[in-house]
Amino acid sequence: MGKEALIEDIRTKLGRAVEAVSDSFGDTVLTVRSDSLRSALAGLRERPFDYAVLLDITCVDFAAGEGRFELVYHLYSLSRNVRLRLKTSVPASDPAAASASGLWKNAGWLEREVFDMFGVRFPGHPDLKRILTYEGFEGHPLRKSYPWRLAQPRIPLKDKL
Amino acid sequence: MQTRIQREARPESMLINMGPSHPAMHGTIRIMLELDAERILNAEVEVGYLHRGFEKTCENKTYFNLLPYTDRLNYVSPLINNLGYAMTMEKMLGVAVPERAQLIRVLMSELSRVSDHLTCLAAMAMECGAFTVFLYMMKAREFLWDTIEFTAGARMTTSYIRIGGVRADLHPDWRASLAAAVGETRKVLKDVAGLLDKNSIFQGRTRGVGVMSQEDALSYGWTGPCLRSTGVPYDVRKASPYLVYDRLKFEVPTGECGDNYDRYNVRMREMEQSLRLLEQIAVLIPEAPPLTGGLEIEPAEAIRVSRRQKAPGRVRLSPNLEGSEKDRLAGLMTSDGPVGVPPKEDTYATMEGLISHFLFFMNGKGIRPPKGDVYFSVEGGNGEVGFYIVSDGTDRPYRLHLRAPCFHVVAALEQLIIGRLIADVIPTFGSMNMIGGELDR
Repeated sequence: MGKEALIEDIRTKLGRAVEAVSDSFGDTVLTVRSDSLRSALAGLRERPFDYAVLLDITCVDFAAGEGRFELVYHLYSLSRNVRLRLKTSVPASDPAAASASGLWKNAGWLEREVFDMFGVRFPGHPDLKRILTYEGFEGHPLRKSYPWRLAQPRIPLKDKL
Repeated sequence: MQTRIQREARPESMLINMGPSHPAMHGTIRIMLELDAERILNAEVEVGYLHRGFEKTCENKTYFNLLPYTDRLNYVSPLINNLGYAMTMEKMLGVAVPERAQLIRVLMSELSRVSDHLTCLAAMAMECGAFTVFLYMMKAREFLWDTIEFTAGARMTTSYIRIGGVRADLHPDWRASLAAAVGETRKVLKDVAGLLDKNSIFQGRTRGVGVMSQEDALSYGWTGPCLRSTGVPYDVRKASPYLVYDRLKFEVPTGECGDNYDRYNVRMREMEQSLRLLEQIAVLIPEAPPLTGGLEIEPAEAIRVSRRQKAPGRVRLSPNLEGSEKDRLAGLMTSDGPVGVPPKEDTYATMEGLISHFLFFMNGKGIRPPKGDVYFSVEGGNGEVGFYIVSDGTDRPYRLHLRAPCFHVVAALEQLIIGRLIADVIPTFGSMNMIGGELDR
């Protein structure tokens, strides 16, 4: 499947979910509407696209200028040996997107990281909580509104397990 | 607040903490276990003990300045992290790297890969009680790191691979030290295989323990030796070749059932392939060209003479700049745009050189890639090391994200240990090669 044919097929399959398809330094970038994110991911995971590996989920903060967070998914198809970047925008006032945790098993941890770092909620996630920082950490450190080297309040010792 | 495991715990079972202060947890991970005698009924893994805000720090540094932070991700194979970052930037800047620099990069990548696998297996074997294996493998690693240290000047925090090329040429004696390192490592691999491959204690703790199916491995986003142990031959060096890997001969070893023994075995065989690559690359790298221009003169003398005539000879550099002479740098660093540090001879002895030095290091100047976002990945010791960088056209990344391979691997730990015995946690966790610097960023 060539690049153009692939994009055409994705457009046919996902229909109005696709907002734009572009190319960034040779990487294929697909932008989808946030309300159809989960169906788009589910569609891409199936054949003929076969994006069986979720390489990564991350987020970019465009809150100051554009009032949005951009979620970035990197998918990889083992059978076709191609990567795809999928993006969707969520409003900065109430950032939330459907969880992909039922589709890929690593989505659980990756979404916890995005939640921890950016405060994006993922309805449908089984146990959404901080992962790299700790219970009692204030704010979401990778937001642009969070100053670099901000001191955190001291927290009480963890309860014994 | 209660953790998940506390909420779900059965009243008659026992809850126990394993780590972070546990010798096998490397100080950076905590596993909470719900036990029925020795049997693990439920488990919860807590990570983040080594989180130091790598991504936030990088977003506040210039593209040139953030390179040393990438050394501290996977700190047993720092050169591969350097490489991943440098190649991502090169993809965005669209610069071509000279042939010699590409060959040196492959050499450094493979040395790092062997030392990464050695560290993982050494720790895994030690935690299973095979202390001899640990000592043997650490010895081999020192020989490899000697080769790296000769050239890069440091064992672990190298910052040697730079955007656009490499920092300096190989040390004059690199061939001898590489040959010694390859020979010693081969001996150690043979000894270790003799100690472990048919050892019934090691077999008992690794065969059929921590079994991962292919479907689950892909669903968890596993890459690298852990994925290959389940039988999937995915290797970034083969799937999307970078540098000169498409010109080199090597195989991608795979396992059969994805248990701890397969993960050990795949790493052992991969090290042999890496040694093979090292030998091929040593033949391909030509001898360094001799330095031109007769006598050496001090920078101050060069400035004084150049007021009247072109200074004769070449400017003497500090010994710690050995290998980065202007003549050498041409074959090691791209000449497309302001990507690498300008040659020090020019900086010390000419006004134009000093200006270009300042223009490279001043705030707001230096490396400024075009607007856009880019993802690029290389094959690290643990799997696919990917960088995602968003540029807004300034000299600092708007967003820099690392795809850490062991994050995905450790995410599957709970599934692998539930239903097993406490003792099975140790080899299972050891065979994953969890590296705190990369996992927690």
